[in-house]
Amino acid sequence: MNVIIVDYNSGNISSVINSFKEVAQDKVNIEVTSDLNKIKSSDKVVLPGQGSFKSCIDALNKINGLTDILNEFAIINKKPLFGICVGLQMFADIGYEETETKGLGWISGKVSKIDNQGGKFKLPHIGWNQINIVKDSKIFQNIENNSHMYFVHSYEFIPEDKNVISATTDYSSNIVCSIDRENIFGTQFHPEKSDKLGLQIINNFINL
Amino acid sequence: MLKNRIIPCLDVKNGRVVKGINFVDLKDAGDPVEQAKIYSDGGADEICFLDITASNENRDIIYDVVEKTSKKCFVPLTVGGGVRSIEDINKLLNCGADKVSINTAAVENSKVVLDSSKKFGSQCIVVAIDAKKNGDKWEIFTHGGRNNSGIDALEYAKQMEENGAGELLVTSMDRDGTQVGYDIDLMSKISSKVNIPLIASGGVGNLDHLVDGIQSGKASAVLAASIFHYGKYSVKEAKEYLDSKGIPVRI
Repeated sequence: MNVIIVDYNSGNISSVINSFKEVAQDKVNIEVTSDLNKIKSSDKVVLPGQGSFKSCIDALNKINGLTDILNEFAIINKKPLFGICVGLQMFADIGYEETETKGLGWISGKVSKIDNQGGKFKLPHIGWNQINIVKDSKIFQNIENNSHMYFVHSYEFIPEDKNVISATTDYSSNIVCSIDRENIFGTQFHPEKSDKLGLQIINNFINL
Repeated sequence: MLKNRIIPCLDVKNGRVVKGINFVDLKDAGDPVEQAKIYSDGGADEICFLDITASNENRDIIYDVVEKTSKKCFVPLTVGGGVRSIEDINKLLNCGADKVSINTAAVENSKVVLDSSKKFGSQCIVVAIDAKKNGDKWEIFTHGGRNNSGIDALEYAKQMEENGAGELLVTSMDRDGTQVGYDIDLMSKISSKVNIPLIASGGVGNLDHLVDGIQSGKASAVLAASIFHYGKYSVKEAKEYLDSKGIPVRI
């Protein structure tokens, strides 16, 4: 099996690569590339993302044909795709970080700044927070409700259809932190930095 | 609920772990990769490396240390010390650091913070502030605590937030290595002034100091070196103690 981590200059992806390789060992081939043909023929795709919504979308669009290939992979062919942090946020129709930016439009909704209640809560939301699992998701196999995961973000994805939400976390408000819609998965938190439980989620995705 | 973080810090010189008392009297005490792994297995919420290598010819060793550590530790890794430029930050991130802390370079040229947070995202830019009390205010020191910049620490903290820092790592130069506790006044004043998380550092001698740093110093995270490094307390003991005092921690 081939799992591709999409390398589109979205910032620091070393930790994502290290964690997937740690989990995969020799059983699964992990490749880091933006090669369109390789993505097309892969079994699973991981879409990381760091920095701002706009910088990630711009970086995706800079690689000719990449969004079309991802669209074909995840929406038309319905093959498993896992978005992490801004990688998840980009599923939305629109994001408001820096400036209004069109997203991939895979899951209706918007990405806006976390309401920190007029400064009562610090932003970014950095650190370990517990997840409330609200729906069975294959990536949460062997993950208990209220498990701790590592977060670092100032913006949140607000999907229109609440049925796609698989977990939330409590900060200044109830924040969506995991999405599951058929073959499309995404976490706002960083499984690659969430110690053993994070690696378990990665393992679950690889073994889908 | 978001948990307060406990961050063991490892001072690394020429690829080996040391911890100084007031930045001098260094003792060699181990391999940073193994140490980091022990900490992350023991429940550390993050690991921090502070590279205090002085000579230029040995500066690249830290990249190798970071690369090896990031393949073994799956909690966030912050690396600081001698970070001068966007290129330095880029290299550390590529080696597997999750955050980079900038100290002297940010004081000398605040554009480094502005540019790096735009390029890599605020989430990986930590501004390290070494402050020393002078009368009724605190001043910023650079070059590992040797030079007084005369800059007011509170105003500087606010400016760094505006420049895009994701977090502030605040060290009291008066307290560092003394084991008498954080400078609570400094921590709470800076934390109240900014909206980004503050990591308190410098002066931890017992577990009550960690409690004070969070409860009175309003720190989101507490950093300590010697109390963990020399085995006085384990990270687990520290967390259980904080938990017993009603502080939310990841256990």
